[in-house]
Amino acid sequence: MKRLNATGCESCPAYAGLEQMGLRADHFDRVVALAGNPNTGKSTLFNLLTGLKQHTGNWPGKTVTRAEGGYQFRGVRYKLVDLPGTYSLLSASQDEEVARDFILFGRPDCVIVVADATALERNLNLAFQVMEITEKVVIAVNLMDEARRKGLEVDTRLLSRELGVPCVPISARRGEGIYDLLSTVADVIEGRIQTHPRRIQGTPEFQQAVERLVPLIEKLAPGVPNARWIAIRLLDGDAHVQEALLSGELLRRVARQRQAETSFSRKMAVEGRQ
Amino acid sequence: MSESEMLAQEVLREAERLRRSLSGNFRDEMVKSLYAEAERVAQRAVRPVGERKYDLDRLLDRLVTSPWTGLPIMLLLLAVIIWITVVGANIPSELLAQLLFGIETFAADLFTAWGAPWWLTGFLWHGVWRGLAWVISVMLPPMAIFFPLFTFLEDLGYLPRVAFNLDWLFKKAGAHGKQALSMAMGFGCNAAGVIATRVIDSPRERLVAILTNNFVPCNGRFPTLIMLATIFVAASFPPLLSSFVAAATVVAVVLIGIGFTFLMSWLLTRTLLRGEASAFTLELPPYRPPNVWRILYTSLIDRTIFVLWRAMQTAAPAGALIWILGNVYLGPMSLAQRLAAFLNPLGHLLGLDGAILLAYVIAIPANEIVVPTLLMIYMGTGMMTELPSLNMLKELLVQQHGWTLLTAINLMLFSLLHNPCATTILTIYKETGSKKWATWSVIVTLGSAFVVTFLVATLARTIFRQ
Repeated sequence: MKRLNATGCESCPAYAGLEQMGLRADHFDRVVALAGNPNTGKSTLFNLLTGLKQHTGNWPGKTVTRAEGGYQFRGVRYKLVDLPGTYSLLSASQDEEVARDFILFGRPDCVIVVADATALERNLNLAFQVMEITEKVVIAVNLMDEARRKGLEVDTRLLSRELGVPCVPISARRGEGIYDLLSTVADVIEGRIQTHPRRIQGTPEFQQAVERLVPLIEKLAPGVPNARWIAIRLLDGDAHVQEALLSGELLRRVARQRQAETSFSRKMAVEGRQ
Repeated sequence: MSESEMLAQEVLREAERLRRSLSGNFRDEMVKSLYAEAERVAQRAVRPVGERKYDLDRLLDRLVTSPWTGLPIMLLLLAVIIWITVVGANIPSELLAQLLFGIETFAADLFTAWGAPWWLTGFLWHGVWRGLAWVISVMLPPMAIFFPLFTFLEDLGYLPRVAFNLDWLFKKAGAHGKQALSMAMGFGCNAAGVIATRVIDSPRERLVAILTNNFVPCNGRFPTLIMLATIFVAASFPPLLSSFVAAATVVAVVLIGIGFTFLMSWLLTRTLLRGEASAFTLELPPYRPPNVWRILYTSLIDRTIFVLWRAMQTAAPAGALIWILGNVYLGPMSLAQRLAAFLNPLGHLLGLDGAILLAYVIAIPANEIVVPTLLMIYMGTGMMTELPSLNMLKELLVQQHGWTLLTAINLMLFSLLHNPCATTILTIYKETGSKKWATWSVIVTLGSAFVVTFLVATLARTIFRQ
């Protein structure tokens, strides 16, 4: 484990409390996922936080598998998962599936949606879709320096109010705003910040249909992470989700995840936490 | 039927019923309101400040993606990169070779002086060590130059522009425009290129991209091409011109490879993988100034050392294997000689020889070691024990083994087109989950290699009556 003093920032307050853990992510307390559109700097942020050297490149689609690493912040150890960049979570291409499955079944404690400040509208489409699945969301508005260069100013406070989840301006390449981001993530996980993600409601009949399906799904797969989202996908006729339901894949995943959870809490108990 | 299966069916039936009861366009409504919401929020949160500066990005893009200047600029960049690699790699390669082969002679003498048995000295130093020495001196310098240059373009944001320029060609071939991205990654490593095809949504087009990825030469094969272009094609030109001729030759070979990518994609989309090309949107990201230190780290530590390490891991056992093949005798001939003689008729038909084919068989684990393997087969049965310079290499090949310009050209073509290395085949199997497609990837490439080299050899022999 090394401190981030390779850049000489040891005493700099921006990094106070951050320790890169590289691949040593085996004994972690929390799981945080990085989602976002392609080429918004997820891997750059990932490398900055973990001290790892994931390949980054200036083209959409560089990360097609998920990469994992770790960092420690204020004594809590986080496992960070870098997901493939996607424009949406609705289609069935493989990179989108990797991202969607992890957000749904990997049950991260928090999802950081990395958004490109210079193309916010397109990036918010995905943010809304992530907020459909989980409410533990923090939006990292990245590339703030590039936006400034292009003569754009992003009001992140207004954005936070509109979206109902905290939005933090950062520049991953320059290491700006990282402390804010990490403490916001910690606050969301520990419940010090309550999120109320804005969700697209749809028509009243649609809402009724969702409400009818949710209890059925919860009966079928008790402990399923987000029955509401699965209900919406089923109403949408998502063949992939239908298939997962019929083949029992959904059940298996839920079971596996609960098993992991039990062993996890046992470990926590042994280590004397919570 | 189990209880949970019945429940699942019930859920699906209920969902289906509810879906029909909803008005038909509720989905469109959902997506529309999602987009409208994103637009509204973004418009409120973002506002322009001050004067918009002159947009250099747009000007650059007008040049590099224009139908007139886009392709020439691309070719020029490729040629410049290869030329820098050819020129820059020459001297460090020779120095490394002198150093490493010097160590071989020194250590072998030392072993002999200590009274070690001849087979131990031979196996360790003339087998394993020589394999390693060849791989390091032939591969390290070109990789250490090529990778940083490639990473520079990648970080700058040039790759999506390449995809943009080549899109219409891929579309004509019935393939996906994003195949240009996986193809570009293939120049680094074909296994990485195969994994990069995951950005392609349609399974059919993804398979086309996977099966044809091997037609661009990876870094394991570039040194082979560069070496052959330097000592056979460029050597007959005046020294001032020779580096340009060598680079031009390699560029020509690369273009043939890209041509084959299109040709085979076209054939595949009309036979095995019939279908229409799908449309896609590709973002042209802003140009970003690359970070020099990160480029050096990524390309030297991650890529160069990684590829070199992999090559060394296969070169050492291959070196040992060749030494055994060259020193175990069945009657008057060594095993290597026997195998080479057996493959010779086929090799001759393709304008190559048996030793070359044997080298390709032994080098299936990694393409990087083809030339070293070949030389060890030649040297194990020939008179020379070490080759400190490229000129001596040429002498060995031409005078002792009867190489001609045709041999060199066909070896370049064979190296370009032949089957993927074991790592890539395994990656194709993992990515497609099917032995059938992994097999097809070998058939398509090896078939092309055989057909092309046979045609070139026959044509050359008919014209020049060799």
